[in-house]
Amino acid sequence: MSDWTRVEHFLHTDPADVGCDEAMAVLEVYAELTHSDPQAARVRFPGVAVHLSQCGPCAEDLAGLLRALVADEADEN
Amino acid sequence: MPSAGVDPATLDPASAGWLGCLDDAAADREPCLARLHELLTRVARREIGRRAHQIAVSGPELDDLAVQSAGDAMLAVLAKLDQFRGESRFTTWAYKFVMFEVSAKVGRHQWQHLPPARADVDWEVLPDRMGLGPEDHAVQSDLVREISRAVEADLTDYQRRVFVSVLLEGVPLEAVAVGLGVSRNTVYKALFDARRKVRAALVAHGQLAEPAGRTA
Repeated sequence: MSDWTRVEHFLHTDPADVGCDEAMAVLEVYAELTHSDPQAARVRFPGVAVHLSQCGPCAEDLAGLLRALVADEADEN
Repeated sequence: MPSAGVDPATLDPASAGWLGCLDDAAADREPCLARLHELLTRVARREIGRRAHQIAVSGPELDDLAVQSAGDAMLAVLAKLDQFRGESRFTTWAYKFVMFEVSAKVGRHQWQHLPPARADVDWEVLPDRMGLGPEDHAVQSDLVREISRAVEADLTDYQRRVFVSVLLEGVPLEAVAVGLGVSRNTVYKALFDARRKVRAALVAHGQLAEPAGRTA
């Protein structure tokens, strides 16, 4: 990554980003979709996908939720 | 306590079972509450364990955070039961509140353990924060000067505070939200607007190209 790309990355914003509130409102639906088919989640919720790629705390919540789903699946099997 | 806002007949059997036994009139409500609490506590312990490195806490103190998170998530689930729309399994929806509570507890802990803030802004750290290499000092100096000028001149006080805290000082966004007493979304929005304004200033001064597909 060049220095200019890093500056672009540092200041990057995407108008499609829905923000934390909207992402948090559907996080459980997004997590279940991602768990079974990540591409389907991105297609159904493109603005949420953009947000989760930009927002560390919301991405962290998604990671935790996905881990809980994996653990549930392991418990069921 | 609010009732579920979805027709149980449309749900998967496990979710319908949860809604049935959490109903105020359910004969098995007490054991149901205990089972839900146990489930949320297990999830909270796993999640706090996953994030323990973010707060350098271990042992009983870490477990206290997990238990508090599970308790607060339980209250949130019961208070918002009428908002469950059945678009996911009930447990996934309930786990979401565990994640939110764990995030809030971690953010509060981080905020409480921040080193004292500097009185001035240390712009010298900016190239490191942006991940720039040491190659071109002249270009970096121009860039730092222009970004600091834009931050001082173009941002509101609130946007400036958030930009400096998160992007320069490296304070986690959730901790900034706790410190300011606002939501994560409020901080994120301020940071989003701040980034957009600073980028626009760099474009206006010829240091960055206009984004493809956009016009001034």
